Amino acid sequence: MTSVIVVRGVRPLGGDARDLVIADGTIAAVAPAGGGERTGVVAEAAAGSADGTRPAPLVVDATGLVALPGLVDLHTHLREPGREDAETVDSGTRAAALGGYTTVFAMANTDPVADTAGVVEQVWRLGQDAGHCDVRPVGAVTRGLAGERLAELGAMASSAAAVRMFSDDGHCVSDALLMRRALEYVKAFDGVIAQHAEEPRLTAGAQMNEGAMAARLGLPGWPAVAEEAIIARDALLTGHVGSRLHICHVSTAGSVELIRWAKAKGWRVTAEVTPHHLLLTEELVASYDPVYKVNPPLRTEADTEALRAGLADGTIDCVATDHAPHASEDKETEWAAARPGMLGLETALSIVIQTMVETGRLDWAGVADRMALAPARIGAVADMPRDPASFAQVGVPATLTLLDPEARRVIDPLAVASRSSNTPYGGRTLPGAIRATFLRGRPTVLDGKII
Amino acid sequence: MNHLLSTADLKLDDALLVLDTADRMARVADAPVRKLPTLRGRTVVNLFFEDSTRTRTSFEVAAKRLSADVINFSARGSSVSKGESLKDTAQTLEAMGADAVVCRHPASGAPHRLASWVRGSVVNAGDGTHEHPTQALLDAFTIRRRLGRLDGLAVTIVGDVLHSRVARSNVWLLTTLGARVTVVAPPTLLPLGISGWPVEVSYDLESVLPKSDVVMMLRVQRERMSAAFFPTEREYSRRYGLDADRAALMPEHALVMHPGPMVRGMEIASSVADSPRSTVVEQVANGVSVRMAVLYLLLGGSGAERESS
Repeated sequence: MTSVIVVRGVRPLGGDARDLVIADGTIAAVAPAGGGERTGVVAEAAAGSADGTRPAPLVVDATGLVALPGLVDLHTHLREPGREDAETVDSGTRAAALGGYTTVFAMANTDPVADTAGVVEQVWRLGQDAGHCDVRPVGAVTRGLAGERLAELGAMASSAAAVRMFSDDGHCVSDALLMRRALEYVKAFDGVIAQHAEEPRLTAGAQMNEGAMAARLGLPGWPAVAEEAIIARDALLTGHVGSRLHICHVSTAGSVELIRWAKAKGWRVTAEVTPHHLLLTEELVASYDPVYKVNPPLRTEADTEALRAGLADGTIDCVATDHAPHASEDKETEWAAARPGMLGLETALSIVIQTMVETGRLDWAGVADRMALAPARIGAVADMPRDPASFAQVGVPATLTLLDPEARRVIDPLAVASRSSNTPYGGRTLPGAIRATFLRGRPTVLDGKII
Repeated sequence: MNHLLSTADLKLDDALLVLDTADRMARVADAPVRKLPTLRGRTVVNLFFEDSTRTRTSFEVAAKRLSADVINFSARGSSVSKGESLKDTAQTLEAMGADAVVCRHPASGAPHRLASWVRGSVVNAGDGTHEHPTQALLDAFTIRRRLGRLDGLAVTIVGDVLHSRVARSNVWLLTTLGARVTVVAPPTLLPLGISGWPVEVSYDLESVLPKSDVVMMLRVQRERMSAAFFPTEREYSRRYGLDADRAALMPEHALVMHPGPMVRGMEIASSVADSPRSTVVEQVANGVSVRMAVLYLLLGGSGAERESS
């Protein structure tokens, strides 16, 4: 193990080039580029290595790279336990580290469902053992995701996994009274309910966004109102009981308006948008290739525009991947038989660069907020600085990722770290590439490869 | 043309070529020997994941009149019902050397997927609520034979447009061929996104009938009632059924069409279905000619090129 790392010439948040010295997991020194070699800790380590008492410093040439705080994903499906053929905690967190993530929230729809302290602790430990990034399990709101009785939310909160976010993701907590109770109950431990907003009766059999495209393709429509009606109801409930609500994968322009309204009321409502809803639209469904099947479905150009605007102005707090690996037999099939979901961890930052940075809607500080700081606040991740600039200052844990913003890479579905290959970006050239990721000073990715 | 998957992407020239070829094929049906050697040695597979004796038989007769070898691959009782995927089935057919696969499937888009997995031509014989292109072609063929043209005609499609692959295929094809299409249905049985279609929409059948050269009735499944698309069969029939009184509002030359199978008494009265303006029986006969034309054009018409390329 190298205990001293010198990151040379890196530009924190795209600013001036700096040398960062990382020692014992924290940032020990920050110097103008070229100065890192002369700092005390480096000199000491070099001297120690000369007489064999300490390992030589690891020097990472980061000239031209942008440093961002380690990314946090509030919405990841790791599939373990239950569907280890599609993804495991190990393979999913490899994909996460390669995508610049240092914390992922693992959704509860595993088999068995993460609805007890035992299951969430198991997932948490698997994350610790894999070591590629921190895994924060999300607990189910209702037992077995059945939407009937509350799961033991308190037991999961006080378990070793310290669950704070609860979600039946994949299913909507559609019963209004049950949702009210869940929101109330988690106030006791500052929990948050992450709602998969989908009115089930309005989406029975739904296959794609309801509109002109669905009419033409003969696929049953998933109307925007099915998402918006639940968001409106739950925002009102949240205001009423004074709790905390997070809206998963917001996909429509109307939802953005409703969230803006709820925030204006002062209610504690937060929201996430997925990379694919920022970029992709329903026209792709015309191929009937289920790699584009996702829930909520791809919407229209006007929706992507509203989502980008909402993310830029902070109405939507953060980007979350909804990374959803599926075995090929669940995707290489006719549209209706395919399972919904897309890979996201390894491409999320690239999509945000393409849709938000290259369009001038977010600068690097904005990206750091939407992909690291804001999700960390919502999910109660410790050790995340309060403002974007302070992640690269002396004394903070060295949890960061290094990105080459000029890189262009062609996405090869068969060359991803995930066990599955259901990326919708196959063949596309995307901007930006992660070169290194550090979790509390320990490199998880170097030279774009997992350590 | 390599496949026939939808009429939405069928160009006017190709559509006319199918209709003109079908005219020639229809003459074969009237000849003493009703068989052409064109597709000798070619294999056509009827791959039906839904029961449809009418459509399957029509394709089978068409392929046999062109001397093709026909294999009927029905999903029931086969490995498909034991969980074999569409892709595996496609690979099996590919290995058997199918030159054309005629596919009927309950999932919209299944023939599109199939076309990406097999080298042979795929003919969509009805996919979910998406399209049924050969039905629309035979409808257009029938109209042209009876009325002599399609350009400028007013065609009214009545019934469960939302769930109808026949309606979709007809809307695109008839529009391409120059007809003006009006759809009439209760609003619950029209897709929300219909504003993007090149059609007029009406909820009032009686106001549209006097201006219609062709009235195409769609089958309405009784199951729709339980899903609250309409209150009762009686009310549906009263508002949208074509009974004798309503048929009398149509111009004298106007046709009544139905893709079958009909629900007599519900969407169409027997007296109308059996009247001289009804083309129901002709549609069945024309179906064979049109399907012969499609198979001929996909497999036979450019066979030499296909083999050399």
